[in-house]
Amino acid sequence: MARQIGLCHAKFRAFGNRSRKNEERVAREDWAKMKAWDAIIIGGGHNGLVNACYLQRAGLDVLVIEKNDWVGGAATSRELTPGFLYSNCSYVCSLFRPEIMRDLELPRFGLQVISYEGGAVFTRDGDYLANYRDHDAHRREFARFSKRDAEAYDRYARDVTRQCRFIQPLLMRTAPDPTSLRPRDLGELLYLGKKFAGLSAPEMALTLRFWTMSISEFLDEYFETDVIKANFALSGIIGTALGPMSPGTAYVLLHHYMGEVDGSVGAWGYARGGMGAVTKALAASFKASGGTIRTGAEVDHVLVGRGKAKGVVLAGGEEIFGKLVVSNADVKRTFLKLVEEKELPDVFLRRVRNFKIRGSSGKVNIALDSLPEFPALPKDSPVYRGDMHFTDSMERMERAYDDWKAGRWSADPFLDMVIPTTLDPTMAPPGKHFMSCFVQYAPPRIAGAEWTDADRDGFAESVISQIAEYSPGFRDRIVHMEVRTPREIEAEVGLTEGNIFQGELTFDQLLFNRPVPGYAQYRSPVGGLYMCGSSTHPGGGVMGAPGRNAAAEILRDLAKSTSHMSAAHDVI
Amino acid sequence: MAQAIRKKPLSKTVNAAVSARIVAQDHFRTLRLGTPFQPRIDALAKTQDWYNWAGYRAPNSLWNEELEYFAIRSQAAVFDISPMTKYRIEGPDAEAFLDRVTLRDVAKLRPGRVHYTAWCDDEGFVLDDGTLFRLSPTRFRLCSQERHLPWLLDSAIGFDVSVAEETEAVAGLALQGPTSFAVLRDAGFAGVEKLKIFDLADLPHDGGTVGISRTGFTGDLGYELFVPADRALSLWDRLMTAGQLRGIRAIGYTALNRARLEAGLIVANADFTTAEHAIRADRLRLPDEIGLGFMIDLQKGHFNGRRAILEARAKRKLRHVLVGLEIDGNIPAEHAIVYHKKSQEVGLVSAAMWSPMAKRNIAIASLARPYGDTMVEDLWVEIYAMRELQHQKLMKRAKVVARPFIKLDRRTANPPADF
Repeated sequence: MARQIGLCHAKFRAFGNRSRKNEERVAREDWAKMKAWDAIIIGGGHNGLVNACYLQRAGLDVLVIEKNDWVGGAATSRELTPGFLYSNCSYVCSLFRPEIMRDLELPRFGLQVISYEGGAVFTRDGDYLANYRDHDAHRREFARFSKRDAEAYDRYARDVTRQCRFIQPLLMRTAPDPTSLRPRDLGELLYLGKKFAGLSAPEMALTLRFWTMSISEFLDEYFETDVIKANFALSGIIGTALGPMSPGTAYVLLHHYMGEVDGSVGAWGYARGGMGAVTKALAASFKASGGTIRTGAEVDHVLVGRGKAKGVVLAGGEEIFGKLVVSNADVKRTFLKLVEEKELPDVFLRRVRNFKIRGSSGKVNIALDSLPEFPALPKDSPVYRGDMHFTDSMERMERAYDDWKAGRWSADPFLDMVIPTTLDPTMAPPGKHFMSCFVQYAPPRIAGAEWTDADRDGFAESVISQIAEYSPGFRDRIVHMEVRTPREIEAEVGLTEGNIFQGELTFDQLLFNRPVPGYAQYRSPVGGLYMCGSSTHPGGGVMGAPGRNAAAEILRDLAKSTSHMSAAHDVI
Repeated sequence: MAQAIRKKPLSKTVNAAVSARIVAQDHFRTLRLGTPFQPRIDALAKTQDWYNWAGYRAPNSLWNEELEYFAIRSQAAVFDISPMTKYRIEGPDAEAFLDRVTLRDVAKLRPGRVHYTAWCDDEGFVLDDGTLFRLSPTRFRLCSQERHLPWLLDSAIGFDVSVAEETEAVAGLALQGPTSFAVLRDAGFAGVEKLKIFDLADLPHDGGTVGISRTGFTGDLGYELFVPADRALSLWDRLMTAGQLRGIRAIGYTALNRARLEAGLIVANADFTTAEHAIRADRLRLPDEIGLGFMIDLQKGHFNGRRAILEARAKRKLRHVLVGLEIDGNIPAEHAIVYHKKSQEVGLVSAAMWSPMAKRNIAIASLARPYGDTMVEDLWVEIYAMRELQHQKLMKRAKVVARPFIKLDRRTANPPADF
């Protein structure tokens, strides 16, 4: 089908003006038969929905097309076994921009984010290192391992906070095109330059180091204790096909620190009702403003005529027309699967192909008939209500990455494990629990071959056996389990290679280089085809900023008002 | 499962260090620690008015914050300073090390003496201020508001010196006020009469010793006592018994804070932001910008921040100045904005009060130079006095005055008087 469209296009072009008129006539007839939407959004993930909401509220007639029977993309809550709601892809919330929550009235549509308490790394000597919300408890906890590191935390927190404050205002702005002389781009470049020039010399140095260093080296500047470094390093590798010793991972840590829960910067929380509560509220907001969602409809390709997007064709062949098309899918899926290659410039295509979007993680989601016990952890510890980890050294973390390089899942994986039901009573019956395990590393292919069911089971076993080592009897509490390797995440969620960020957050793929130099402003080489997913600036996580920023660009192109869109909150 | 058992991570032989670490886990159940004096303070805490001082449960007041202030100025007041951060610095190079870290010339600090000092990062920005006690030729105690172990340890590289944090191990009490000397003498601390201001002596107590210095944070006659935590309660009881006839009272921070303001003393992270906590780069302060320039000794060798401080002085890059203000009227100007000619914003008041001892409305403020430095005329503060849910907006004239706001002869009198 895609090929035919391409041929048609070539033919029309060959016939010149007369053919163009024909094409227009054909299109007019189609539109007469069928409604032409003002905008079609491919994919009902959180960014697609954010984008749709803003466009609909600007007065456009917007259709969201979602391949699954439910919306949400990677932010879903699914009842996979009776009585248990699974946050089965993303599982914690911090990055979602409060400006968007407010603009789209998400609290009115049921969104509540509950800050959680901290967490811990279990150590192999039977102890643990906890992170407590209370500043002094946090210091005393670190002092159990190193008095020096306990007192180093303030400087570390200061430096990371400074960097976050530098980045934060950039999240809700379109990245400037450094090659453009348009006043807007010059203005944005000037803004960036001014912000950078506003830094002191040591801060500038730190900024450049932060954007390029490994998290391991960065942490060496502050801490001496291995488990304390491992405790912080985890934020530098999550969702990234890099190890803690790979350059670029320090920035990934920053990405996980620049969120907030209601003004508590860097805090993480649970969306009440699971991460699906975010997209459920978005969908409700969208519908309340008159938007239309069509689920169970997979887009086969984007209809392109004369270099301009005209609509989409569904897997069953149904054509839906729209004045513009916005893809929430990642940049590879959008341009390597949904658009005919010949519609795209060579360099752009090559860069899309080379865009790093490598699968590195999986999920094991578990329904438990009781709260697991960890003998190392006192029964009244707040850690049960936080994130738990078992990787207590930088070397173990790096070794886990070695397995990924060899095309294996990590024999000793890194887990980010949470039990949201300790704070959210809506996700499981009383006394029962939902546990989410984010697991790293899981390669996109196993030794060059596709994942098999046996591989998936082996991957799951590596996770369960690790938990069971610290929690005797853990297996007996399992009621139901869902295992998602990159294979399942790609097939079910639609993320290429199961990459949770729709592309790695390394400096070469950020700002005006995300996803492709020259196309960082949500537009594409195809007229009327926009991108709004996490492949675009400012990147992944359930943030909503790409969807919002893309809407701002689209409305600018349509010369429509953006007065319903809040500017980024001031960082004072 | 078999594999899981084989990989069992819990090591069978838990060594002593690990078990000590595990024993310490339960701190999470007590977020605000008690100090070694807590049983006595709790018994006196009629207001139950606590605040968090560096992770300790410390009293804002115990029975009445205004009356507690007068206990300082009329009798003897006991204030628990145990939560203050304390470092023990010891070794043949301790003097050279501290000379390198701090602003003042430590060679001039004789054993048995104390001085008020400050220390800076390499860019000359103040990390903290504090008191340095020279306990012996090679042993010091550094007391401060914030924590600096990594900075001190990193600075110690190349020096034959050890640095250890001893906040929890050492309890501290401030005994301040006109009868404080009489209390100590009556308690039997023979030799305390010989202590001149900033002198320090180890005197016998409860089978050990207590370090007593004639120092304090009130601008009054007063002493500070440091004792191992396990002898804290016996020290408290000894003072309270001896002080019964001298009007001794335990007090909270609000009263102390008033006394320190009258004395013109500054508090880290209240009157200036310490460098390791300043998230906004423009909040950093050089010593000259917070009134600590007098400490800088350029005759001694290199010290942290020296180059930056010299450059800032030479290139006139000092942007701020910390001053004492006397403000018209009697309404405290806490956190008021300071204006030049009632219109141009030039600074902020960080602490303010009506001074009972000076009978003046006083304040400490940070101003943007040249205001407060060479331009001291026509300064005003805008006071928002909330009175029964209405802001009474006042524009009051402010005059730059020298600190301290009060000078009490009894503070330095030798020998110290009974009251």
